[in-house]
Amino acid sequence: MNALLAASAAPTIHVPHIDYLSILPMLIMLGGALLLMLVSSLFRRVMDARAGTYAAATVSLAALVAALVQWDHVATHGPSVTIAGAIAFDGFDVFIQITVSIAVLLTALIGDGYLRREGIDGPEYQVLAMVSASGAMMMGAANDLIVVFLGLEILSIALYVLAAFNHRRAESGEAALKYFVLGGFSSAVFLYGIALTYGATGTTNLPQIADYLARHVIVHNGVLLAGLGLLLVGFAFKIAAVPFHLWSPDVYEGSPSPIAGFMAAVAKAGAFAALLRVFVTSFPTVQSDWRPVVWMLALLSLVFGAVVALTQRDVKRMMAYSSINHVGFILLGVEAVSARGVSASLYYLFTYTFLVIGTFAIISVVAGPGDTRSKITDYRGLAKRQPLLALSFAVLLLGQAGAPFTTGFLAKLGVIEASVADQGYGLAVVAMASAAVAAFFYLRLAVTMFSPVGDRGDAVDDTFGDDGQAPVGPAAPAGTAVSGDGVADLQVLTDAPPSAEVEERGAVPVPALTAVAIGLCVGFTVVFGIIPGPILNFAHQATLLLLLR
Amino acid sequence: MTATSFPYLTTLVLLPAVGAGVVALIPRKTVASWFHEAVGVAVTVLTLAVAAAVLFAFKSGTGAYQMVSTHVWATGLGIHWSVGIDGISLFLVVLTAVLFPLTMLGARVRRDPRSFVAWVLLLESACMGSFVSLDLILFFLFFELTLVPSYFLIGGWGYARRGYAAIKFFVYTFAGSAFLLVGIVSIAFIHKSQTGVLTFALPPLMHTHLSGTEGVLLFLAFTAAFAVKAPIFPFHTWSPDAYSESPTAAAILLVAVMAKLGTYGIIRFDLNLFPQASRTLAPVLLTLAVIGITYGALVACAQRDLKRLLAYSSLAQIGFIALGTFALNSQGLSGGVLQMVNHGLVIATLFILVGWIYERRKTWQIGSLKGLQSPAPVLAGVFTVAMLASIGVPGLNGFVGEFLILIGTFVAHRWWAVAATAGVVIAAVYLLWGYQQVFHGEPAEVDSTTRDLSLNERLIVAPLIVLIVLLGVFPKPVLDRITPSVNRLVVHVDTVTHTPIPAGLRERPLVAVKAPCMLNGVQVSCSVVDSASPGAPATTKGASK
Repeated sequence: MNALLAASAAPTIHVPHIDYLSILPMLIMLGGALLLMLVSSLFRRVMDARAGTYAAATVSLAALVAALVQWDHVATHGPSVTIAGAIAFDGFDVFIQITVSIAVLLTALIGDGYLRREGIDGPEYQVLAMVSASGAMMMGAANDLIVVFLGLEILSIALYVLAAFNHRRAESGEAALKYFVLGGFSSAVFLYGIALTYGATGTTNLPQIADYLARHVIVHNGVLLAGLGLLLVGFAFKIAAVPFHLWSPDVYEGSPSPIAGFMAAVAKAGAFAALLRVFVTSFPTVQSDWRPVVWMLALLSLVFGAVVALTQRDVKRMMAYSSINHVGFILLGVEAVSARGVSASLYYLFTYTFLVIGTFAIISVVAGPGDTRSKITDYRGLAKRQPLLALSFAVLLLGQAGAPFTTGFLAKLGVIEASVADQGYGLAVVAMASAAVAAFFYLRLAVTMFSPVGDRGDAVDDTFGDDGQAPVGPAAPAGTAVSGDGVADLQVLTDAPPSAEVEERGAVPVPALTAVAIGLCVGFTVVFGIIPGPILNFAHQATLLLLLR
Repeated sequence: MTATSFPYLTTLVLLPAVGAGVVALIPRKTVASWFHEAVGVAVTVLTLAVAAAVLFAFKSGTGAYQMVSTHVWATGLGIHWSVGIDGISLFLVVLTAVLFPLTMLGARVRRDPRSFVAWVLLLESACMGSFVSLDLILFFLFFELTLVPSYFLIGGWGYARRGYAAIKFFVYTFAGSAFLLVGIVSIAFIHKSQTGVLTFALPPLMHTHLSGTEGVLLFLAFTAAFAVKAPIFPFHTWSPDAYSESPTAAAILLVAVMAKLGTYGIIRFDLNLFPQASRTLAPVLLTLAVIGITYGALVACAQRDLKRLLAYSSLAQIGFIALGTFALNSQGLSGGVLQMVNHGLVIATLFILVGWIYERRKTWQIGSLKGLQSPAPVLAGVFTVAMLASIGVPGLNGFVGEFLILIGTFVAHRWWAVAATAGVVIAAVYLLWGYQQVFHGEPAEVDSTTRDLSLNERLIVAPLIVLIVLLGVFPKPVLDRITPSVNRLVVHVDTVTHTPIPAGLRERPLVAVKAPCMLNGVQVSCSVVDSASPGAPATTKGASK
């Protein structure tokens, strides 16, 4: 083709060298999605949900393997750029590829149970998730503002459709429309930001922007600042930072539960990856202009997310606000503008992926047919009906709260360290105080699960209140009774065993694949909370291999 | 470092946690409900055995950390698994190990014993971990970890307003910890900017140079968490609710063990890391302590509920510990550390007894109990001993601690000591008044059938009473182990703050000389004053190393 063009003496298009390894996970994800759609259209019968799940799981595993190969390559050959400088191939990029691949794998496993329960056949759910993920991957790799925008759009458009996926629920459609309108608006804002930045610096390539800003002092930098501001608004919308968060509670509530988890993990991973690369590596020279804005976004997100979550009665809305709080924490790492900050943000994103997808997996399971039961009261007595499920949920909630010996604590510690290393004491204190508030609503939910049906916890006429102290249960053999000589028979009368309570609903079925996904999330959270070395090193290495300039 | 290579302290921390895991994994349906409790008691007894081994392996006469073991835990973040013990933490560890099995036996629950036992064991692990951690983040992890089991214990097995109490407790303490974590990270990074090494280990961080303002701010950040946990006067509002709504076991553990985490944290971290700020702000803290003592005692007088009475009396006692701590001298601090142990023993006994009274009568209202002495003489007797110890009657343990604290404070800050002494008097008022109401008088019909302590119950309180008396008449072995560490700390504080170090503070401290004199009752006060001078020639002057 090159020869042809050259021969015709038309203006030649120089096709840049493409290092296919650098975009392999993205290609696998996108190619897999297209192939799956193609194959499903070849059959007359609608494809079984299970087949789609297996296909998506295979594709995401392949993408994960490709990303690990990439990691090996970057670790030995160092970071590089490819495709005419549009794609960065460095540790940071690979870290995001790995995170997103895992998120897709988990979402595929969880989606299976959801789709079968709701009786939705066809591969669309998995296809859209994979396409959306490829957009997030592209944002992680983007080394050019135009590529960032491409990734953002690929990510978002698939998510708009996914939000509307449960077409039998009116809320789902409403959520999607809201997301679409506001998302489209923010994309336009973002694009205009790119245009202004291009106007100010003459390029959209990130290293060239950094280079330009390092060499030139722009005296009248209004255009640049306007561009920066608009870019930041676009990002803030995607990550749902306050005050650009208004869509997220409605969308989380209306979307199918597994999709809400996917959204929280993948959309955030992609958007934060691009945010970190654009602002921390390309605009460090003008950081005095944009850092206060990020500081304010972080502060508002921390406080607002935690406080408003307190008032929520719906678990999905609560998780939406809690994820806003988490965004505030990750922004702490961005605001630090340091290698430590980037590393802490990456660690946070990676561990949060497991926490939030696991959490929404359980929400999805508990929500039951129609995906409607997600009030806090629906969780009452869960521990009695399904102890293991309740325990898993408790671990994930504690992880989100930042309890010791979970990855959640180390994630929070990391960003706090990054912030304090940069003398950001005030924000660090606010962050931890907000974590205290957040811990409150996580624990309230956890305690709801462990309290029996019909017991209101702090009701005055509490059946269990006055006999919680009973020294011996009626079943205890006399030999072990410590002090129950005369009072035991008296107390039997006052003892209303929990089993006598009316069970409002039976146990919810936990599909096998969902159970596997939940197990992975819980296991990851606990194991790497106790043995933090590997993942911390991983995030650290990824930052070291970040292509600066 | 001791000659032995057995990781005593790590075992001490991990054993209950493993036990909690085991208990949680034993299925509920296949075994009798007592089985979980039996396993729990076995684990706590085993932990007690390890603690006893620590006690025997501990070398007295040195103030340094012993049995230190350090392993890298998270390189990137500079966190180490670093545990060690000295005279200050030794007896708190032993106290924890003693109280957990007794609590588990003395305050059993009926509903879901499996979860209950698992949470209690996890709590023991967290408390042990907090007392032996020498890494600030590790300490913080355990310090925070105590919240989770206690929250579930209060919320799951508490009384009528348990939901409210549990949440109030959690939010207060967690909010305090927010400052602590930021403070910990801040001092580590200040240290890093001075030395280039990011570490959270206590020994190197002790030598961080802090400007006056930095020191004060960090001190306040740390103290916020500890003052809430203890609780010290204006931060106490969560505690009466939490103590009175808790199930007996949680109340005991909250007030006897976890409250000590706060005062221990002040001694271990505030004084070591911020000596200058501690000295600067000592008058503030002393004032708060005195207010706590008086306010706690006065409010306790107005309580109609035995549990709330004990909660406020505890506030006064914690005030005494804080008073001794911020006297910043050997006697005051030794007294403070000893009083932590004493208060733990006494208040645990009282809470166990009150729990048993509730079991029999379903009330804590002082007004609805009357003349329990005649149907339950043993209960009344045990209660009397614990109460007298709490008042600080000579011959019982409370006296030794309070006395040392008052001496230490008197030497350093005379008028605070005078004011605090008033608290002792009021304590006698409310405790004796409460006792009189409940135990004396002619029992009503419902009172006269109150059962006395069974044999099992007697066996449970016996060790506590023995320890209360033993520490009262012969505190020397304990003080011999506490004092060297306390002196080391005092020397550190004095060196940093350029205060002349009193002669005779190094190796043979005056408290240890004085301790046997405690037996002699009246002559104690003069012999203490005298012993300061004979103590001086015994040691050399060059205290500032």
